[in-house]
Amino acid sequence: MALKIVVCIKPVPDPDYYDKVSIDPVTKRITREGIPTIINPVDKNGIEAALKLKAQYGGKVTVITMAPPNATENLKEALAMGADEAVLLSDRAFGGADTLATSYTLAKGIEKIGGFDIVFCGTESADGATAQVSSQLGEWLGVPHLWSVFNMEASSEQCLRVKTKAENGFMEWDIKLPCLLGVSRELNKPRFISAMGIIKAKNKPISIWGKSDLDVEDERLGLTGSPTKAGAIFTPDLKRKGEMLTGSAEEIADAIIEKLRAAGVNIPTQGDACSIEGGAQ
Amino acid sequence: MKKRIWVFAEYVNCTLDRVALELLTKAKELASGLTGETEVAAVLLGSRIGSTCKTLAEYGAEKIYLAESDELSLYNPMLYAPIIAELVQKEDPDIFLFGATAIGSELGPTVAAQLKTGVAAHCVDMRIDENEHLVASVPSFGGKILGEILCPDTRPQMASVKPGIFVQGEPEEGEAEIIRVDVSGIKADNLPLKALSLEKKEIEGVPLDKAEVVFCGGYGLGCKDCWEKLEKLAAIFGGAAACTRPVVDEGWAPGEHVMVGTSGKSIRPKAYVGFGISGATHHICGMKDSGLVINVNKDEKAAVFEVSDAGAVADLNKVLDQLILKLN
Ligand SMILES: Cc1cc2nc3c(=O)[nH]c(=O)nc-3n(C[C@H](O)[C@H](O)[C@H](O)COP(=O)(O)OP(=O)(O)OC[C@H]3O[C@@H](n4cnc5c(N)ncnc54)[C@H](O)[C@@H]3O)c2cc1C
Ligand SMILES: Nc1ncnc2c1ncn2[C@@H]1O[C@H](COP(=O)(O)O)[C@@H](O)[C@H]1O
Repeated sequence: MALKIVVCIKPVPDPDYYDKVSIDPVTKRITREGIPTIINPVDKNGIEAALKLKAQYGGKVTVITMAPPNATENLKEALAMGADEAVLLSDRAFGGADTLATSYTLAKGIEKIGGFDIVFCGTESADGATAQVSSQLGEWLGVPHLWSVFNMEASSEQCLRVKTKAENGFMEWDIKLPCLLGVSRELNKPRFISAMGIIKAKNKPISIWGKSDLDVEDERLGLTGSPTKAGAIFTPDLKRKGEMLTGSAEEIADAIIEKLRAAGVNIPTQGDACSIEGGAQ
Repeated sequence: MKKRIWVFAEYVNCTLDRVALELLTKAKELASGLTGETEVAAVLLGSRIGSTCKTLAEYGAEKIYLAESDELSLYNPMLYAPIIAELVQKEDPDIFLFGATAIGSELGPTVAAQLKTGVAAHCVDMRIDENEHLVASVPSFGGKILGEILCPDTRPQMASVKPGIFVQGEPEEGEAEIIRVDVSGIKADNLPLKALSLEKKEIEGVPLDKAEVVFCGGYGLGCKDCWEKLEKLAAIFGGAAACTRPVVDEGWAPGEHVMVGTSGKSIRPKAYVGFGISGATHHICGMKDSGLVINVNKDEKAAVFEVSDAGAVADLNKVLDQLILKLN
């Protein structure tokens, strides 16, 4: 069986720099200058899953993104990892999309690619982190979908045996192809790019499609197609008084115990086993 | 017309997820901000429901839409979502809240896609504005930025909230009208998606959300032995040990259920003591509502000190040893 696999990847500002993100006091916009744009980390787990399946069963891996034109750089990286072709959905009309409009546009792009057996998404994007595009894309595509997949194996030609996270546990599923899976970072370890990969990527196709290339209803796109609207943005003030405790380790330990006591925490007394049982309710 | 606020009551493995009670408490508060007649309702799907309806009523559900069937005993989005979407279309609620649990994070957006409405994801705050719209604050960039999200034109206005963000109120005597949803025709078989099983891990010690004091370890712990020291200290206090993401990744801590932050738990203990944590937004986002915050870090410039009530520049190993020595 040769599999047609599509992986949705989103270019995001590198999450290692989020401490440096701020709001410009004048323009009231988020400043992210100097922060590199990378492939959303968990989307690489999606690419890895796709490449593994391809190695096993043969087929083709297409990566797709809806993003501004400069996202070709991120697509090239995905191609260098081993994907076969890339699609960039880019148009002013796609701008300002919330998860419903984004997933609609991605679904239309995937439709144009022409059929699929499996679509991979990441569980969530690092910047917006709504964790919604995956499930909503599954709905637009009209296929069974699961989110937070951390384990996966083919159980037959047309079926995958999948594990998803649950609160303090997990669920096991059989899901028939075609399907969509939102994968978590525990699923696998994304491969590094090789020099050979970079060379090969140069000859792999990147298609760029705008609104007119897709069979779309205009009112479902971008800002217009987004039921949610963004209001004010602000940075939460989390500053606390930051009093410093000094002295030897023992003195610091004493000071911590005192602070805990003052805050109303039950302090166990030495050898008092009951307090271990009865500390917190 | 009556304004309806709905809460999805997640019932798994014969247990109600407590986030439903946190959401009901919030729903009552939101209802009081709306003019005219309001109604807070819970939507409950599953089998062997037992006394759950009573609990939901005690926390503020005036009405409960109950879909009870053995076919629903295991969660399956292909069964759950259409039942809920159909119910919404029939009853037209104004606001619909989901817990952002593993299940809710999938079900909420799935239902929303079927209804073509919007969901504000992972809200940390909610209010009703002067137009009687729901305004939800959602974190982005790992919690560094908060943005307000509205859903002005489509209904319901949906939102998801992680467990532990809102405080659960006190139970009160209450009765709820139970509306049984007809699910006699549904079949879990023959769907292209089949739920096979649900495995639950027994959690050792005090669960994070119940602990009044949390000892949290970061990458500075350096090794598994040191994590075990932290667990020991937590046990002495009858509290819980928690951690940052690298500690899970390194395999020192038992799993993600003890991780605090944007992709982990949100906690609000009476006191939080951190060891070897740098203070990345992704982590702070999950513990910022703690009562007292103390941090020990050997780097005096660590950002974590800015969000602490008290801090100590010290080697965490020595401080941990002293604490255990003094209290054990
Ligand atoms: C999408 C995404 C989601 C994320 N979600 C989460 C999340 O939910 N929760 C989370 O925690 N992280 C999360 N992270 C990771 C987060 O960005 C940080 O990388 C992480 O919180 C850092 O953990 P840390 O402070 O333990 O480690 P580091 O940043 O490595 O800090 C270690 C600290 O220990 C100190 N130290 C070292 N040795 C000692 C010693 N002997 N004594 C005292 N101090 C010492 C050092 O000075 C340093 O400050 C996420 C990241 C991404 C990209
Ligand atoms: N603009 C986009 N282009 C391609 N894939 C996307 C886009 N936005 C989200 N995704 C996919 O959906 C997943 C979840 O994203 P989110 O709902 O934004 O948290 C990501 O990990 C991606 O796989």
